[in-house]
Amino acid sequence: MEIDPFIFRLSIFILSIFIGYYVVWSVTPSLHTPLMSVTNAISSVIIVGAIIASLAGNSETIFNVANIFGFLAILLAAVNIFGGFLVTQRMLAMYKKKKKDK
Amino acid sequence: MSANLLAIFYLISGILFILALRGLSSPETSRQGNFFGIIGMAIAIIVTFIAVGNFSIGFLYILFFLLIGGSLGAFIAFKIPMTAMPELVAGFHSLVGLAAVFVAISAFLNPEVFSLGSVGNIKIASLIEMSLGASIGAITFTGSIIAFLKLRGIMSGNPITFTGQHYLNLLLGLSVVVLIFYLCKMQSDNLFWLIIIISFLLGILLIIPIGGADMPVVISMLNSYSGWAAAGIGFTLENTALIITGALVGSSGAILSYIMCKGMNRSFFNVILGGFGGTDQSSSVKNKEQKPVKNGNADDAAFLMKNASSVIIVPGYGMAVAQAQHALREMVDSLKKNGVKVSYAIHPVAGRMPGHMNVLLAEANVPYDEVFELEEINNDFSNCDVAYVIGANDVTNPIAKTDPQSPIYGMPILDVEKSKSVLFVKRSLSPGYAGIDNDLFYRENTLMLFADAKKMTEDITKNL
Repeated sequence: MEIDPFIFRLSIFILSIFIGYYVVWSVTPSLHTPLMSVTNAISSVIIVGAIIASLAGNSETIFNVANIFGFLAILLAAVNIFGGFLVTQRMLAMYKKKKKDK
Repeated sequence: MSANLLAIFYLISGILFILALRGLSSPETSRQGNFFGIIGMAIAIIVTFIAVGNFSIGFLYILFFLLIGGSLGAFIAFKIPMTAMPELVAGFHSLVGLAAVFVAISAFLNPEVFSLGSVGNIKIASLIEMSLGASIGAITFTGSIIAFLKLRGIMSGNPITFTGQHYLNLLLGLSVVVLIFYLCKMQSDNLFWLIIIISFLLGILLIIPIGGADMPVVISMLNSYSGWAAAGIGFTLENTALIITGALVGSSGAILSYIMCKGMNRSFFNVILGGFGGTDQSSSVKNKEQKPVKNGNADDAAFLMKNASSVIIVPGYGMAVAQAQHALREMVDSLKKNGVKVSYAIHPVAGRMPGHMNVLLAEANVPYDEVFELEEINNDFSNCDVAYVIGANDVTNPIAKTDPQSPIYGMPILDVEKSKSVLFVKRSLSPGYAGIDNDLFYRENTLMLFADAKKMTEDITKNL
């Protein structure tokens, strides 16, 4: 009897939910806004699906409907990836400790 | 590149994403964490290119779109004012949602590329996964657009309700499930489009009844949805990086929603069903006229604070609206020169998104070790001389502890009333979001400062 690969993916999924649960509870509340912007950026890893979709076929079929949706998804995800990581970086750079000399 | 090697690279991306979130446990490690996230993303994108191995004209188009999207994103990231962070995050969520819908559509139209079967004969499991991903993505998209419009002030923050609203939503939700069932049987294009259209509609209807100050819950919830949508697509594409990320983001958003709901002592369903607060002010307007209020000016406030030994600042959404964070920090600097000990108290639901106040204070160069959460600082109010409430209201209302009839009864509040005196900066006596009068206004030890938060703070600084 063989295990369906779906079960493996489901295991990864469920274990990741647990990891997420413990990791996110340990995030300090003052960083909850950067947490949202960075989760936003990483969820745009959906771009890999868009890349596969838009590279399908040869140069004649490059503009069929499925590919165009792929391109649009790349555009949206790219805004999110760059925007999300950079805005997170910008926010995190602002968090400073009290100056020692006081 | 072999499929196995590819899967291992995606796993590495997933691990780097976990480390990115892990880094946020403290501001010191957070920047490194963000860097891990960027590397994880770069790995995922590069190995995908190599794995597909098609560097034809399509590749150039992809680079072109990446460049356009990337520059747009970078431009927004550098230009956006920190006060606009909630609407930015809502806007970004909508993009993830729509991207998930688009990927699902192209997988549906061209299943061979993803080895999901052929058109009209897609594997049942894949169909379920992709239609779930598309549906959640679509809800995230329109829901986030509504949240964006409300936060931006383009749409009124008041809840929009009508009779039968919840039944309509339930009906739409069930019809999506039924349609997915028939989609699996019939494999029809039209059913797939219908699922997406209904989900778009559902996203709008779910968010319109929720009022402005409940937005922290809404944003967190949409954050969670965008994760589940990504996970759905991850299952379809059999991609580990997407599954791991989706699960992380999904649980992250869910935890944040939970924290926000707890901060208001309301159940998740109470918030989601909406209609809270807004227009119900008639009763409170009447009985407020008789009660006397102590009215002060910047001079009095400066005098009180200069002679205090400790001051606690309580910022709220009003501070963000008035953009008063820089003026506030200048005031605190002058206070410190006078030898006053100053700290900041942040309520979990202050502002329009989780951590909103912390970001604004960080922007104004307030060191993060002077900023405290509710549990950390609440006992200190009884030893503090002056509490300076700037732009907060409901989160300081002592009625939450005493009146079981009140809509905010049981909500954890900052014990501002325990400090020797309270300075309350506010434009008028109007009630806050919950539509109830704040008992604190009429206390013996409260001095009301009726003015714009920024202007008042600047005036106080001048008088110090």
